Amino acid sequence: MRMNLTVNGERHMLEEVRESESLLFVLRERVGLPGTKNACEQGRCGSCSVLLDGMLCCSCLVPAVQARECSVTTVEGLAGQGGPGEEDGPDSVQRAFLDAGAVQCGFCTPGMLLAAHNLLRHTPDPQEAEVRQALAGNICRCTGYQHIVEAVLLAAEYRRAERGALVQPDGAP
Amino acid sequence: MEFLLPRDRQEALELMAGRPGTVPVAGGTDVMVGWNMSRGLPARALDLSRLGHLSRRRYGEGRYRLGANTTYSTLTDELRGELPGLAAAAGAVGSRQIRNRGTLGGSLGSAWPAADAHPALLACRAEVELASVRGSRRVPVREFFSGPGRTAREGDELIEAVLLPRPEGPQLFTKVGRKAVATLATCSFAVALWPSTRQVLTGVGGADRPAPAAVAEAFLAGQLAAHGTWESGERLPDEVVRHFGELAAEGAVLGDDVRATAEYRRRALSVLARRSLAQAWENYRTERHRCA
Repeated sequence: MRMNLTVNGERHMLEEVRESESLLFVLRERVGLPGTKNACEQGRCGSCSVLLDGMLCCSCLVPAVQARECSVTTVEGLAGQGGPGEEDGPDSVQRAFLDAGAVQCGFCTPGMLLAAHNLLRHTPDPQEAEVRQALAGNICRCTGYQHIVEAVLLAAEYRRAERGALVQPDGAP
Repeated sequence: MEFLLPRDRQEALELMAGRPGTVPVAGGTDVMVGWNMSRGLPARALDLSRLGHLSRRRYGEGRYRLGANTTYSTLTDELRGELPGLAAAAGAVGSRQIRNRGTLGGSLGSAWPAADAHPALLACRAEVELASVRGSRRVPVREFFSGPGRTAREGDELIEAVLLPRPEGPQLFTKVGRKAVATLATCSFAVALWPSTRQVLTGVGGADRPAPAAVAEAFLAGQLAAHGTWESGERLPDEVVRHFGELAAEGAVLGDDVRATAEYRRRALSVLARRSLAQAWENYRTERHRCA
C-alpha cells in the first residue's frame, strides 16, 4: 500500500508498504534513517523508541499502516532543538549524554534519548526516581544505568539554564 | 495480508461481518509481537485506531463507560482517583512506551493470561460491550474469558467498551515479576471490596486464564457473614486471611513456563492474595472509622 508519513518535519510518500510492516521497518528501510534501533521486536528493550504524533512508543509494535498521515520524531530529529546559539548542534539531552559519559556501545542511546526527551517535556525537573521510572522500558547492557540517569538529570539542568537565559529580567538576549 | 481501514463504526462492523478470522488491531502492542516473530500473519486485520467512538469515556448512573481504545496511560494519568484498582493494574503494564499504545479493548481481545488489566477488571465488576451488525451485547468480564486464550467475542464482533461501576471501597492490584518494573507478571492478584453487596471480589493473573479466586471469595463471604465483620469493622483473624490466600492459590490452574514453575506461582499467589486482602481490609476499616 501507499502512505504518507512525516518524519522529523519532512514529508515522505511511501510506496508498496506491506501491511504487516512495522513503523520501525519503514523508518529504517524505507525512509533510510537507521538511528532508530532494532533489537527485541517485542517492546521490551525500548531501543526502537520514537515519538509518534508526540507520544513515546516502541516503533516495532506500531503497524506502519497505523502511522499513515502521522508525524514521527526519531533520534535524527532531536539535534538542532538545542538552546539559543546551537540550532545545528546536539540538543540539550544529547549534550548531557556526552558530558556525563552516558554512552558506551551506543546501541540503546537513541531510544534512551527519546525516552529522556519525553520525560523532560512532561516533567522538566524530575527526581532521580522519576528518571529511573521513565527509563524503565529502555534496556542498556553496558553502563549499569548510573551515568544515563545522571545525564538526564544534567539535561534537566541544562534546560533550566536555557530557560533562565531566555527570560533575562533586563531583556538582554 | 490485507489491512482493512474503516472510517467509522458502521463500516467497521460491516467489514467484520462475514470475514471470520479478521484480527482487530488497536494499539498493536500484543498483535505486533506475534507478527514480528513471524508466528504467521492473519489473512485480514482491521485498524481500530482511527475510530473516534472507541476513545470516548463517560460517566453516568454510577457507571464508567470506557471506550475500548482507552490506553493504560490514560488510566494512570487521568483516572487514578476514579478507578484506583484498574489504574494500579494499568501502571504495572510494561513501560511508558507500551502504556501509551496498549488499550483495554486490545488486552481483552488478546486475552493473554499474564495481562495486568484482567485481574483488576475481574475484581472491579467490569462488563465488556461487544458489537456486530447483529447488535450490541454486554458480557460480565467473569464470563468473558472462556478458556486459555479464548474469549466470548464472536468472530464478527468488536469490543467497543468496558463498563465499570463506581468503586465502593478499597481496590488493590499486586504482581510478582522477574524485574521490579517493565516486566510480565509471573502471577498477579487484584481485590476490590463492595460493602453494599457484602462482597470481596478478586482476580488472578498468571494462571491458564484470567479468573476470579471463586473458592476463596466464597470462603471469605461466609466468614464475614458468620461473624458480622462487615458491620463491626473488626480486624480479620490471621487464620482467615492465611486460608484465603491458600484457597486463592489452590483454585488457580497454574503451569510451568520460562518465567516460573507452577509451585513458585502457587507460593507467590498465596502470599499476594493474603497481603492484598489484609491491606484492603485494613484500608476499609480505616476509611470506615474516618467516615463514622
